[in-house]
Amino acid sequence: MADAFDVLVIGSGPAGYVCAIRAAQLGQKVAIVERERLGGICLNWGCIPTKALLRSSEIWHLMQRLNEFGFSAENFKFDLPKIVDRSRKVAQQLSNGVAFLMKKHKIQVIAGEAKLAGKGMVAVTKDGKATEYSAKNIVLATGARARSLPGLEPDGKLIWTYREALVPDTFPKSLLVVGSGAIGIEFASFFHTLGSKVTVVEVLDRVLPVEDEEISSLAAKAFAKQGMTIKTATTVEKLEKTNGSVTAILKTKDGKTETLTVDRVISAVGIVGNVENLGLEQAGVKVEKSHVVIDQWGATGVPGIWAIGDLAGPPWLAHKGMHEGVIVAERIAGVKGTHPLDTSKIPGCTYCWPQVASVGMTEVKAKAAGRKIKVGRFPFIGNGKAIALGEPEGLVKTVFDAETGELLGAHMIGAEVTELIHGYTIARTLEATEAELAATVFPHPTLSEMLHEAVLAADGAALHI
Amino acid sequence: MTTNILMPALSPTMEEGTLTKWLVKEGDEVHSGDILAEIETDKATMEFEAVDEGRIGKILVPEGTEGVKVNQPIAVLLAEGEEAGAAPDIEAAMASIKTAVDEEAKTPAKQPTGSPQKEVPDARGESGGGVKPDKAPPETGGDGQRVFASPLARRIAAQKGIDLSSLSGSGPRGRIVKADVEGARVSATPAQPRAAAAPSPAPAGTSLAGIAPLPDARAYFKPDDYEEIPHDSMRKAIARRLTSAKTLMPHFYLTVDCQIDELLAARARLNAASPKEGGYKLSVNDFVVKAAAGALIRVPEVNASWTDNAILRHRHADIGVAVALDFGLITPIVFHAEEKGLATISAEVKALAERARTKKLKPAEFEGGSFAISNLGMYGIRDFTAVINPPHAAILAVGAGEQRAVVRNGKVEIATVMTVTMSCDHRVIDGATGARFLQAFKLFVEDPAALLL
Repeated sequence: MADAFDVLVIGSGPAGYVCAIRAAQLGQKVAIVERERLGGICLNWGCIPTKALLRSSEIWHLMQRLNEFGFSAENFKFDLPKIVDRSRKVAQQLSNGVAFLMKKHKIQVIAGEAKLAGKGMVAVTKDGKATEYSAKNIVLATGARARSLPGLEPDGKLIWTYREALVPDTFPKSLLVVGSGAIGIEFASFFHTLGSKVTVVEVLDRVLPVEDEEISSLAAKAFAKQGMTIKTATTVEKLEKTNGSVTAILKTKDGKTETLTVDRVISAVGIVGNVENLGLEQAGVKVEKSHVVIDQWGATGVPGIWAIGDLAGPPWLAHKGMHEGVIVAERIAGVKGTHPLDTSKIPGCTYCWPQVASVGMTEVKAKAAGRKIKVGRFPFIGNGKAIALGEPEGLVKTVFDAETGELLGAHMIGAEVTELIHGYTIARTLEATEAELAATVFPHPTLSEMLHEAVLAADGAALHI
Repeated sequence: MTTNILMPALSPTMEEGTLTKWLVKEGDEVHSGDILAEIETDKATMEFEAVDEGRIGKILVPEGTEGVKVNQPIAVLLAEGEEAGAAPDIEAAMASIKTAVDEEAKTPAKQPTGSPQKEVPDARGESGGGVKPDKAPPETGGDGQRVFASPLARRIAAQKGIDLSSLSGSGPRGRIVKADVEGARVSATPAQPRAAAAPSPAPAGTSLAGIAPLPDARAYFKPDDYEEIPHDSMRKAIARRLTSAKTLMPHFYLTVDCQIDELLAARARLNAASPKEGGYKLSVNDFVVKAAAGALIRVPEVNASWTDNAILRHRHADIGVAVALDFGLITPIVFHAEEKGLATISAEVKALAERARTKKLKPAEFEGGSFAISNLGMYGIRDFTAVINPPHAAILAVGAGEQRAVVRNGKVEIATVMTVTMSCDHRVIDGATGARFLQAFKLFVEDPAALLL
């Protein structure tokens, strides 16, 4: 038996490494086990490298509009391997950053594959050799991976998951994206902007189905205007692989069958938790629908075993995992005043073009919950900074409880909205009402003024529309 | 080593108090047992003694501050040879006090990189600050306490008529948030900001939702036509406890007339026999206390307290005697009254009443008890009903002894009659049980010799 720890975290994604840091801050002796690279999917194969790719496609998009901004250039090209290389370097830099943070906080990093091995014990296997560690608290943070649907199994060559799509060996001239959630739409945006002919298939009746219906509809219109093909209420019946291309058989809502031949397919049909080979069953940890069941504090019900992040269920967002990591670390250390996570205060961001961001209830959900609401809307066209940026399309929308003034939800689409949503998230967390938001001074000229206007608009008092 | 001197809990139920007076100043040496300050709780003023020795480095809460929460740092104690300015803990302690924060802004931190938070043992509740107390110290203003609540909580409270000062906050550092207001029952008192006096949250199962709040009395009068007397902590406590008691306890009332001519005669004989030295002067009320103690032992069902899952039947008759004060009302307790003689009871009641009037009672002397007596006979009140003072299950309201016409053996005669009415908590005491108690009480009052049985 090797070392004994106060806290041993399995998985070094954003949930895991943040939990480890917080536990170390609180004086715990901490270890973290990682089977691949520090930082998990987020840093290496998710949030960060996709943002690097999307930055390249954004620049490409602006280059198409050089004339509009007073430039002229000819024969400019993109170099896919360089774009991908930059994305990988960004990921590498941040993974090194996590290694530094672990060192700084004296967290022991253990490489290998971990498995629960009896009460307070974890076995870590590396190169066929297992070492056992004991820990008073074990935090499961093994994350999730792409879901694979029967008949649509990714092969890594013609049918990609996010993993292959992040490091494309070739630029697909045509692309089918299955699933219009955040992951699917972000890749659709990236490849479409660079010139790929992209078709997005969504089984539900709208794209970005978790977003407010109005925002979904505006997003669908924007994508269609850019030339992307969106097929909602459509399923992929079959994928036939031929040499270098894939023929998809699609079934629309009214039962019609269509065929579509593309160079590549990206499957983005959701994720499943990494619950396998962890010894969960023997340990008595309850798993439901591929996720570990936890209480509001991240406890699994088995004393000394906690779960956080994607493994512990939706929403599958890095920032949700990080907060859970902090909560669990504080519960373990006995910090007073820790509050459980309120998922209605977690913002969601999609970095497609145009960007989409939201927090709290959609208008439809607020109505369904029986709330008497008032809705404020403010379009980008009424904002000076948006016009100056050349980004006059988009909308900021607020949903307030008409009686109490509670900000039930906020939804936005347009340039840089992912950098704006936190304003409303803070308002929700502080329980500000429309009165405090209306009394807040927003700097001019910024896109953030739209946050203010959308609040005023809920009372019919928007100034610039 | 610097130590924070914390606001003490001077009684089990104390949550906050007023720091009336500092008896030490910054720079004073103190030793264990020295009186540091006077602290007023809702019922009494108490002296706060030093536990450790050292030198007062900094007084964090000025005297006269109301609503100082228990465990809030009120001063910093320095060990020998330490300088106030050099101690990082002082800065840390200051961070939790607004006034101190202001001072800190004027003096740059002594350590090149350290923010004050770094020196605090890590106990942050939310992301960010290193402030230790889970509940924030209230900021005090001229007109009382500031209530920390979110804007949404404030609005919902105003709409529902909930008094925010009656709630405790579950948000960061005790901030009242929406969930706290939604979890609160609608109070029966008007929603007056900072006016206090609403029932504290009730035990589950006794919802009062749907009862409209009472209107703010100010609405009916011109501001020039009245004087506003802000509630002191005793007034708030009376309002809170008795509103809860009368709202949540099903009261019922039993009245009986007692002929006390025998009692008066016995009293006169005993008082006349009082020795010159160490003498006594028994009052009618002393006999009432003794008779009640006897009755409580004979009918122990009345000597009880309600809890959610059990009735507590008390082994001793600990009788609270209501004492009227210029500034309110308090009920000091004669403990083990069943074991005490009349002279002892008499002396104790006198001493307790005197200490109550000078606010010198210790909480242990007025908190708890198993029964209470309220006597308004000296004011000529013939009969009245009293509100039970929890944790008691009953209270005896005693009227004046007066000559009345009574029918005895078919003839109208004159007798001295004292009417008593007992308020009973029906959850604990049933009608017949209460009646048996009053029978015993009547026997002991009408024939004090029976107390010898």
